[in-house]
Amino acid sequence: MPSPLDPQGRGWVYDDEVMAAAPGDETFYGALRSKGVSRRHFVQFVGAVAGMLGLEASAIPRIAQALQAKKKLPLVWLEFQDCAGNTESFLRAARPSVDEVILDAISLNYHETIMAAAGHLAEEVLQKTVRESPGEYIAVVEGSIPTADGGVYCTIGGRTALDIAREVCGNALATVAAGTCACFGGLPAAAPNPTGAVSVSAAVPGATVINLSACPFNAANITALLVHYLTFGRFPATDNLGRPLFAYGKRIHDACERRAHFDAGQYAERFGDQGHRLGYCLYKLGCKGPATYQNCPTVRWNEGMNWPIGAGHPCVGCAEPYFWDTMTPFYERLPKVAGFGVDADTVGVGIVAGTAAVFTAHGILKSIQRRRAELKEKEPSGSETTKD
Amino acid sequence: MARIVVDPITRIEGHLRIEAEVEAGKISNAWSSATMFRGIEIILKGRDPRDAWVFTQRICGVCTTVHAITSVRAVENALGIDVPENAELIRSLIAGLQQVQDHVIHFYHLHAFDWVDIVSALEADPAKTASLAQSISEWPLSSPTYFRGVLDRVKSFVEAGQLGPFDNAYWGHPAYKLPPEANLMAVAHYLEALEWQRDVIKGHAILGGKNPHLQTYLVGGMAVPLDLNSQQAVNAHSIATLQSLFKKARTFVEQVYVPDLLAVASFYPEWTQWGAGVGNYMSYGDFPTTARLDPAQLFLPRGIVFDKRLDDPQPLDMQKISEYVAHSYYDYQGGNDQALHPFQGETNPRYTGPQPPYEFLDTDGKYSWLKAPRYDDRPMEVGPLARMLVAYANGHQRVRELVGFVLDKLKVGPEALFSTLGRTAARGIETLVIAEQLLGWLDKLAANMDRGDLAIHNDEKWDPASWPEEAEGWGFHEAPRGALGHWVRIEKGKIAGYQAVVPSTWNGGPRDAKGQRGPYEEALVGTPIAQAEKPLELLRTVHSFDPCMACAAHLVDVRGRELAQVRIL
Repeated sequence: MPSPLDPQGRGWVYDDEVMAAAPGDETFYGALRSKGVSRRHFVQFVGAVAGMLGLEASAIPRIAQALQAKKKLPLVWLEFQDCAGNTESFLRAARPSVDEVILDAISLNYHETIMAAAGHLAEEVLQKTVRESPGEYIAVVEGSIPTADGGVYCTIGGRTALDIAREVCGNALATVAAGTCACFGGLPAAAPNPTGAVSVSAAVPGATVINLSACPFNAANITALLVHYLTFGRFPATDNLGRPLFAYGKRIHDACERRAHFDAGQYAERFGDQGHRLGYCLYKLGCKGPATYQNCPTVRWNEGMNWPIGAGHPCVGCAEPYFWDTMTPFYERLPKVAGFGVDADTVGVGIVAGTAAVFTAHGILKSIQRRRAELKEKEPSGSETTKD
Repeated sequence: MARIVVDPITRIEGHLRIEAEVEAGKISNAWSSATMFRGIEIILKGRDPRDAWVFTQRICGVCTTVHAITSVRAVENALGIDVPENAELIRSLIAGLQQVQDHVIHFYHLHAFDWVDIVSALEADPAKTASLAQSISEWPLSSPTYFRGVLDRVKSFVEAGQLGPFDNAYWGHPAYKLPPEANLMAVAHYLEALEWQRDVIKGHAILGGKNPHLQTYLVGGMAVPLDLNSQQAVNAHSIATLQSLFKKARTFVEQVYVPDLLAVASFYPEWTQWGAGVGNYMSYGDFPTTARLDPAQLFLPRGIVFDKRLDDPQPLDMQKISEYVAHSYYDYQGGNDQALHPFQGETNPRYTGPQPPYEFLDTDGKYSWLKAPRYDDRPMEVGPLARMLVAYANGHQRVRELVGFVLDKLKVGPEALFSTLGRTAARGIETLVIAEQLLGWLDKLAANMDRGDLAIHNDEKWDPASWPEEAEGWGFHEAPRGALGHWVRIEKGKIAGYQAVVPSTWNGGPRDAKGQRGPYEEALVGTPIAQAEKPLELLRTVHSFDPCMACAAHLVDVRGRELAQVRIL
């Protein structure tokens, strides 16, 4: 609603530092100013981003400067075996209305779900970006890429996803894998992987790929990633799975608001019981927070409104590779989580949590092989199982 | 005769290709093809049925609640589980908010640029735009200064030279009819709706932890605790926040979406003549009005309308649902001319289309990853128009009032509903009908909590040891895009078969063995095309259905076993 302090009803308060955009000012800050965002709020936004990226306060002027100096970075967003969940998440990006401006900070040249153009005119824009600015655009890939049977399980404009990914990601400055499907194959690659679905880095081995996993990814993380690049001209440090440490450097269990209850041995035993209502630890209901790395507990979702554990449902481990096979059944508790109040009545092959090496490649593979062997037993002959 | 191809169809979810023949300025024939496939039902086999909703939810991130709720209903139906009233109310709140938010996004962000020319908006006079806006709505963001600001932003964006998502569209096409002022108003509301959708969907975070992909469903109920005396549960603060979000949702629908819809529609009266499609409509019905999910007591009723006969609504018999694969990339063991009920379906994917890269599909043969669902052997349209027509035909009072109001405003009769524009208008009517219900459902939930009824989950059958050796069931839901059904078979505590028959499969499926076109295909026939190289009109009709192809391209896998008995909800 409009008010004297907020004449355009935009939801945040203007102050006396609002300036008109300078003509022809195409920068991020110019775009902000043309929307009536004040210097003070701009600096607050930059400060929040710096905080997310774990940067010192001394970096704030540099980020601010970068956002005021850079021209819009071309970005193309490809959707393959996807559900558009990451696109929807991206649309929820927030900070006082800065999500719209993030659209202005980059030039979103291609995105099937959003773009006005259709058909060959849409493909023309993609080709123009790839041919005219090779090595200068960011590619975002959402969804896995099917490789079985010559890639016929996903075609766009008559071309296979694999063909398109090789061209577009192969020529990009860098590729952001958006969500667990693009990062690690995700749901389509879950056993028995009927379409031979693979991740972007497997489909385009030479490409520079930054993995933003989770199902879907959190919009706050891609915002921060893009600002990091615009500011420093490079991408942030990643873990051994190619995920930025600023977002995936810490275990959910270690930052969880319910951790004190875990340490005190206070658990929800049933959904809706008193412990559940009082916010006790969800470990016994199947929580995978002890085996999952992501900044959900601190950044939360939908402008910090909540997050799954906050709303009483266990974490399903969606940021981890192969979680559809390794974290299921979702309502069975993780075995052998080191801690104070945990029963020893656990079963199965142990995933030893509590150290950064919780998901070694070896552990994942073993788990996958086991899962696939189980499924294969039940498969009728002739059912196709392909490599991942 | 020209053969045109639009691939990708953009501003939809997923991968859709349309091929059409154009003769004498009109589409004479059309083919709808889904070009992506994942095989989620195959992946589900052998897994814990309590996990299924998390998997099926990922069928679609736009319709992020719909496959989750349908999945838990299917498993509950199979195992004979009744859920607490609070859980039903929370499901209705989540689904209702999804419906409202998704329809508004469709109108402004997916459909609007079929009718609104952003380049023409640059010519608008902000003062005249303000007069127009004030003449159709009380919405306060309507001053000349406001529209001047929007105009300046659009101008500076265009002048900067990087058009981004607005590059290379059909701007300036002769089929655009809005005056510059109406275009500018619509562009302003496009931007406002972006903020609005992000804001109101926080209701999903309160009840479900996050959006997209809420994490809160349970077989037997919901996972979000209720407790007025806890800071880790839905409490008075949560209820108050939800109230304010629901008010905000309803106000925007009343003061922006519906007035814009009427304003835009008034410039395109000819679009009530085209795009009718198959003329058969189906709704499973949804939103329980009683403590239990009773199909006879749903806020939006269940039923069928054949041949546009609003005076003769029929009851729905789910045994009459079947699917063909004559033109789909699958084989049936008993031959591809037969149609199989979901419980008897088969999964034998076999791609026989052209090897990529290709220019045209072989539309005489198989040409889509979608099956062709039929009801009583007839193609059926599902979605907002089908729901509103079934409700109208069954005498739903509020729907009749609002349909009457809209027809009156546009000065057309009920026959105008059977069209591209009618489909788009029905979506707006439905949005208002549901937005009006949200606060009432929330009041009921609050009243239960006040009485000390905090039940959210029936866990009598949570333990698989309590399940029968074998069970089967189906779950239904009215998703934003239409009637959605999941069929599940459980054996020894694991999923033995799973199938989803999805709204965009009903609407976007290919021809059946008898050569009957699917609803998209049928609706496109007769649509005028002014410029074959810029088929804007084709997009209008296809977008009026709000395609969601990730949902639609699924795979059945019930492996030919005859079922003794199906428990019907």
